Amino acid sequence: MKKRASSRQISEFVWGWVFILPTMLGLFVLNIYPMIDTIRQSFYKTGDFGKGNIFVGMANYKKVMGDTEVWQALWNTAKYALVEVPFSIVIALLLAVVLNKKLKGRSVFRTLFFLPMVVAPAAIAMVWKWLYNSNFGLINNVFGIKVNWISNPDIAIFSIAVIGIWSVLGYNMVLFLAGLQEVPRDYYEAAALDGANGWRQLINITVPLISPTIFFVLVTRIIAAMQVFDLIYMMIDLNNPAWKKTESLVYLFYKYSFEQSKKGYGATVVVVLLAVIMVLTVFQLVGQKKWVHYE
Amino acid sequence: MKKTISQAVIYLILILVSIIMIVPFVWMFLTAFKTTAETTQIDPFVIVPAVWQTQNFSNVVKAMDFVRLYANTLGMIALRILCAVLTATLSGYAFARLEFKGKNIMFGVVLLQMMIPVQIFIIPQYVMVSKLHMTNTLFGLLFPGLVTAFGTFLLRQAFMQLPKDLEEAARLDGCNIPKTFLYVMAPLTKSAMVALGIFTAVFAYKDLMWPMIVCPDNRATTLASALAKMNGQYQQKYPELMMAALISCVPMIVIYIIFQKQFIEGIATSGGKL
Repeated sequence: MKKRASSRQISEFVWGWVFILPTMLGLFVLNIYPMIDTIRQSFYKTGDFGKGNIFVGMANYKKVMGDTEVWQALWNTAKYALVEVPFSIVIALLLAVVLNKKLKGRSVFRTLFFLPMVVAPAAIAMVWKWLYNSNFGLINNVFGIKVNWISNPDIAIFSIAVIGIWSVLGYNMVLFLAGLQEVPRDYYEAAALDGANGWRQLINITVPLISPTIFFVLVTRIIAAMQVFDLIYMMIDLNNPAWKKTESLVYLFYKYSFEQSKKGYGATVVVVLLAVIMVLTVFQLVGQKKWVHYE
Repeated sequence: MKKTISQAVIYLILILVSIIMIVPFVWMFLTAFKTTAETTQIDPFVIVPAVWQTQNFSNVVKAMDFVRLYANTLGMIALRILCAVLTATLSGYAFARLEFKGKNIMFGVVLLQMMIPVQIFIIPQYVMVSKLHMTNTLFGLLFPGLVTAFGTFLLRQAFMQLPKDLEEAARLDGCNIPKTFLYVMAPLTKSAMVALGIFTAVFAYKDLMWPMIVCPDNRATTLASALAKMNGQYQQKYPELMMAALISCVPMIVIYIIFQKQFIEGIATSGGKL
């Protein structure tokens, strides 16, 4: 009997490794090695014409600390995230609560709200750039206003964040709808008998019960928002006066690494981004104990 | 009475949001068939084109080889789905159902990859592709999608939800591990595979930075990256730009509307289980 069990163990060991081998090989070549290499490169200065690396120790990091463009990009990214994340979550949650009821046309609304998720951000950005056009754009002409949505340095990043909200609303909503499916109906019936109105039901029942979903969406949305690139790359031309006030960290990474061939400095910027994201995530993991209720 | 009013308010809000969601697409469509003159006049402001300019389509197709771009994009999507589903089903099963030394450390590597922003991998990945002389090829587009940590996680979850008895029964019938996997377990995770396939397709189709870097050539690149190029070249020619955007998103929208249930559920399950 003992011998059989151990032959099963051997077979699980062998097949286990055979089954995970392609994935692990890929992950080591495509992710683990690159991660280490990027961190290594952040200690090097890329030579002229992108050739030859010179070890410079912490020099890149010292340069980042004093680089106003990096700080500005971090601030731009933070502003984008501070608008995109809360609004996309709150609006999506409200829509999900409404669509969770028995409602005519429910699936039509769901399909419509989710639509931007299946369109390339490159195409979305082109359309919104045209909608925002200060002279001939739909928005200014319909409302009879004259706002420089994407060329006024003070508001451009917020205009872009609006597109971010518009794009991700349906996705967040679908995740919330999935979370709401698991909330037992009788909770609401009991609350209704106690005379709690819709708003109180939302705050006192819905939000606590789906707080794990809210937490998940919050963490993933912040990570994604901190990596904003496509929309900004597509919307802001180099001659746009709002350029400096909209550049995100990933945009800066792209610019240094692939447009200017300063891969060493580009690597440093992306390591800084990783550090920022990790700090934000750890804060949320610690903070969740205060408001996330697991069953 | 109160109920009807609140019902009406709810519909009003839903319709308002729907309009906000749909107007950009309608505007893209209308602009794609206008003359440039129609897009640059405001008195009167033109909503619907006087004559539907179908030659905008031929102009854009002449300037950019969209057949080629579609072939590249679909090729990349097909290969990525194939690689993702194949490798993730295997590794997901092993992580969920087999006991072996080193499993936990390896699964830690999977989780680590999922938590790290992708940009950190891009420079070395690009250097590898260019050392293999594979820039501007389909392989270059596929490269970061050869394996998937996220898919492994997703399939692991799916396998974990299957009852233990199934496996026991197969084992008592004399099935070895590969047979149990292939004939008993894997077929039961079809919906997770579909979810992963949809997720992979949408992700690959939307990605901009990787194709821009690894396939800068117009003939080798994807729709998204070609749009970025046209966006820089055409500047104020909005009918052409909107036509290009329209061409590159209409098929995806049509597929989405036909398979919307699978799309939404696929993305909801893949997101919700992370």
